[in-house]
Amino acid sequence: MVAQLTKNERQIALVILLVMAAVGLAMAAGGRNDPFGVHGALVMVVAILGMFGVISGYYAPEPPEDRLDSYYDAPSKFGIIAAMIWAVIGMFVGDWVAWLLAYPDWTFDAAWASFGRLRPVHTSGVIFGFGGNALIATSFYVMQRTTRARMPDQLSPWFVLLGYNLFCVIAATGYLMGVTQSKEYAEPEWYADIWLVIVWVTYFVLYMRTLARRKEPHIYVSNWYYLAFILVVAMLHIVNNLAVPIAWGSAKSYSLFAGVQDAMTEWWYGHNAVAFFLTSGFLGMLYYYMPKRAQRPIYSYRMSIISFWGITFFYMWAGSHHLHYTALPQWVQSLGMTFSVMLLIPSWVSAGNALMTLNGAWHRVRDDAVLRFMMVAAVFYGLSTFEGSFMAIRPVNSLSHYTDWTVGHVHAGALGWVAMITFGAIYASVPWLWKRQAMYSAKLVEAHFWLALAGTVIYVFAMWNSGIIQGLMWRTYNESGTLAYSFTDSLIAMHPYYVARAIGGLLFLLGAVVGCYNIWMTIRTAPSAAPETAADRPVLGGAVLQPGE
Amino acid sequence: MMSIDHDILVWFSKSFGLFYLIALSIGVLVYAYWPSNKKSFDQAAQAILVDDDKPYRG
Repeated sequence: MVAQLTKNERQIALVILLVMAAVGLAMAAGGRNDPFGVHGALVMVVAILGMFGVISGYYAPEPPEDRLDSYYDAPSKFGIIAAMIWAVIGMFVGDWVAWLLAYPDWTFDAAWASFGRLRPVHTSGVIFGFGGNALIATSFYVMQRTTRARMPDQLSPWFVLLGYNLFCVIAATGYLMGVTQSKEYAEPEWYADIWLVIVWVTYFVLYMRTLARRKEPHIYVSNWYYLAFILVVAMLHIVNNLAVPIAWGSAKSYSLFAGVQDAMTEWWYGHNAVAFFLTSGFLGMLYYYMPKRAQRPIYSYRMSIISFWGITFFYMWAGSHHLHYTALPQWVQSLGMTFSVMLLIPSWVSAGNALMTLNGAWHRVRDDAVLRFMMVAAVFYGLSTFEGSFMAIRPVNSLSHYTDWTVGHVHAGALGWVAMITFGAIYASVPWLWKRQAMYSAKLVEAHFWLALAGTVIYVFAMWNSGIIQGLMWRTYNESGTLAYSFTDSLIAMHPYYVARAIGGLLFLLGAVVGCYNIWMTIRTAPSAAPETAADRPVLGGAVLQPGE
Repeated sequence: MMSIDHDILVWFSKSFGLFYLIALSIGVLVYAYWPSNKKSFDQAAQAILVDDDKPYRG
């Protein structure tokens, strides 16, 4: 890694690490026994190890000038491996908390193993660890290819990736120590938030600098989606995390907002995290990897532009549907509901565009599990955006809100759409990045596909059943006008579904583990691609031409 | 100094919000369907399928 940096970049890296070590030391000294101090020590140790790493490679020869003849892919490789590691961690903890819901005694009487601390490890692990690393890795890959420009330097992509993973580690370890600002999907405290802003702005600047060097006059649509992801996530993150720490040496802070303003800011953030982290970025991925793998251009480039602006400007107003029947003014609730229903149009335009792209390549979908991952992702994208618009309607929400239906909906999106498109993109990228003919085992990709699909279907059906039963039990009255069921009654009714959900999650996790093994073996043992075939073409099963080709 | 109260904000969102979103939608549709843009869109859609895995160095 250090050998790929120029002399100048190695010096800058040392300065950055020195500053980080100093900040870490100050945090450790100021925070003492507070988790803030523990995180300070962590930052200091990481920075010092990094300095050793840079110094040991400092006198290595500078990278040759001909590096500029190829794209800079080492950061993408790192990001993909990091994404798979976070996938296993995040999904393992997710399945753990799923079993905890079915068998609440399994916490070993330890504070760190309580549901409230483990659950954000799961959500941050899969969304930010797995999803975020995959987005950063693929965005580096896609932005360079679609602009036909190499990244402007070698240092900033590493700063973005390593800095981002440091944020993820601080977040996850903080939750286990009880650090949280109690905002869903924005749990990390103020110091972690400030660090993420620095990393994220560097990411944005790197993307813009690469775009400025582009050799293609038109900016391909994937870049628009990735840029919306980067820009809007920065905006959401900064506004929602405005807070004042109770002391410089303390992890605890108080939000700038209170009451219903706080709730509205949080769900403006929360729903747009779904929109711009979990949708926009992954649509960018879809619009590059799906046409590439299917070897067909997007069905309608125009539709991809129209749905981009639709998604970007409609989602911004949909967040208030999380606050139906609350102290939020009625008209703001109605506004959120209306925009959520309108969102169905650009969402289905995107899903339809993806499926129409495959029209004519169905034989490839049949034979190639990698492309099938992407196809199923587009189907689940269509399903869960329909479900989301439906659930945002106020009377429907009165049944679904606070029930497992919401959890099922989120996982239809997260497992069925986000994880499927990511696995598809990763399986496509690994042979391209490591210059292999194909994945080590097409059979294992196939196995992963069926494990992931079975896991998702079991999970989503279990939560639909559980959620609707819950919702109905909570609103059933007896003749005297009081509730017919106690809350405990509804818990007992949910138990079998919780076990089913945990089994579905286990299948999904097993699929990810199979994927890790397959990727590892591809990197280690798969035969190299001949140089002139560029390894950029998917190799199907037996490489036999299909009828009609 | 004029104070920005709840009613003014509601009035603003219900009027300005409506018109700028309609204007934006029209703008996007015109851009997407403008005949002379079709060529560069088609080119962009096809360009990613080319397997020339090298940055351009002119």
